[in-house]
Amino acid sequence: MEALELTLEYFVSMPFIRAAGMTLLITVMAVFLGIVIGLIIAIMQESKIKSLGALVTFYLWLFRGTPVLFQIIFVFNVLPSFGILFSGFTSAMIALALNEGAYMSEIMRSGLQAVGKGQRMAGRAVGLTDWQVMRYIVLPQALRIVIPPIGNQFIGMLKLSALVSVIAVEELLLVANQAASANFRYLEALAAAGLYYLLFTTVFMYFQSHIERWAAGGRRRAAEKPVGFLKRLLGVGPQQASMR
Amino acid sequence: MLSVSRVCKSFGDLQVLNEVTLSVESRDTVVVIGPSGSGKSTLLRCINLLEPVNAGSIVFDGEDITHTKRKAHMVRRDLGMVFQNFELFRHLTALENIMLAPMKVLEQSRAEAQSLAEGLLEKVHIPEKAGSFPDELSGGQQQRVAIARALAMKPKLMLYDEPTSALDPEMIKEVLDVIRELSDDGMTSIVVTHEMGFARNVADRIVFMDNGEVVEDATTEEFFEGQVQPRTQKFLGQILHH
Repeated sequence: MEALELTLEYFVSMPFIRAAGMTLLITVMAVFLGIVIGLIIAIMQESKIKSLGALVTFYLWLFRGTPVLFQIIFVFNVLPSFGILFSGFTSAMIALALNEGAYMSEIMRSGLQAVGKGQRMAGRAVGLTDWQVMRYIVLPQALRIVIPPIGNQFIGMLKLSALVSVIAVEELLLVANQAASANFRYLEALAAAGLYYLLFTTVFMYFQSHIERWAAGGRRRAAEKPVGFLKRLLGVGPQQASMR
Repeated sequence: MLSVSRVCKSFGDLQVLNEVTLSVESRDTVVVIGPSGSGKSTLLRCINLLEPVNAGSIVFDGEDITHTKRKAHMVRRDLGMVFQNFELFRHLTALENIMLAPMKVLEQSRAEAQSLAEGLLEKVHIPEKAGSFPDELSGGQQQRVAIARALAMKPKLMLYDEPTSALDPEMIKEVLDVIRELSDDGMTSIVVTHEMGFARNVADRIVFMDNGEVVEDATTEEFFEGQVQPRTQKFLGQILHH
């Protein structure tokens, strides 16, 4: 009983609320920046700007080929020795956004490629410029395709954000750890943090199933029934959050 | 209206068009026939600047458009194109498919584009399908919407690339009827098709292509009276007696 009380006390305490806000901010910003980076890379790959190809390949190789924890620590600890000094928060954003962008580019690319060549040709044939074809024909159709995987990335990023506790960003895990180390009540402090994580993932998944239903609405196909909320929550749907 | 002269096009080692020459007068309908792989579709794509040519010239409406690159979208405003697989924009309704180019290219207001689109759906005989998405339409209906979409730009020349080849037999007529009505109204057209009945009734001239070359370019009367080259005769024998 006492444990439950302390957990709730932590849950509604200012440090935990602020930490939860930080976790949410990091997650949303990292995914948002990741989408922007991923989209730019996907469009660059599609338009085959050769001179940038090597640079893009290097970036993808670097950020997909190393652990994200390594990238976080690298930005925070190694870049300062080259005179590039960032706060913990900025370092976290840089590392997570660049990491997310490397994965998001693949999602964006598959979305763009799913819009067939014929659609683009038809767009050009009615007199649209290449940019207008991208803007009015390709992107709106690609959006419907990338929404489910982006939802998964959100949930993945929420969990990844705990890693930035190692560079002293005051997010949920760090704050819970700090609270616990003061009185060794690990169960209560971690339970409070865990409740926030579960709350966020649950809310994300709820919105995800709604957005998917909205996106599928334009087509009205019975066969493409969106994954239900409960199935998604329990991870028995067709899409699983990606592992890193 | 259009004059294609000695156009060559190859993909790698494969020569798809070999010195193709073709001219189309205003208000004429020219039907292009020929076996698959003879370069008919490529010819249409070259005229529409969707494929660059290797040699020769294309003069459209008094202007040499052969090497237009950056301004290609300006030329395409005046050229309507209808594809074998319709290629309606899948995320837009029939009405929105037709409205898109007038709004984005000609910068018409939404109201203006909508009344234009409604009129065109009327013209292709499916006003009741305005709110339907492409997935909800039959092939014949999709193709008629695609024709309306092309007409929305008020093109000077319509290019039809095997407009009925992907259709079930019972839908071919509804599409050909629309094309015929447009031709009768004086729309200048090039139609790539295998429908010989349509060619006989609607075409002013018939062009037979084989192996990337124009083998025959005859008036419809000459063509069906049998004053044709042996290669044309052979092809006709194959498609008419099966």
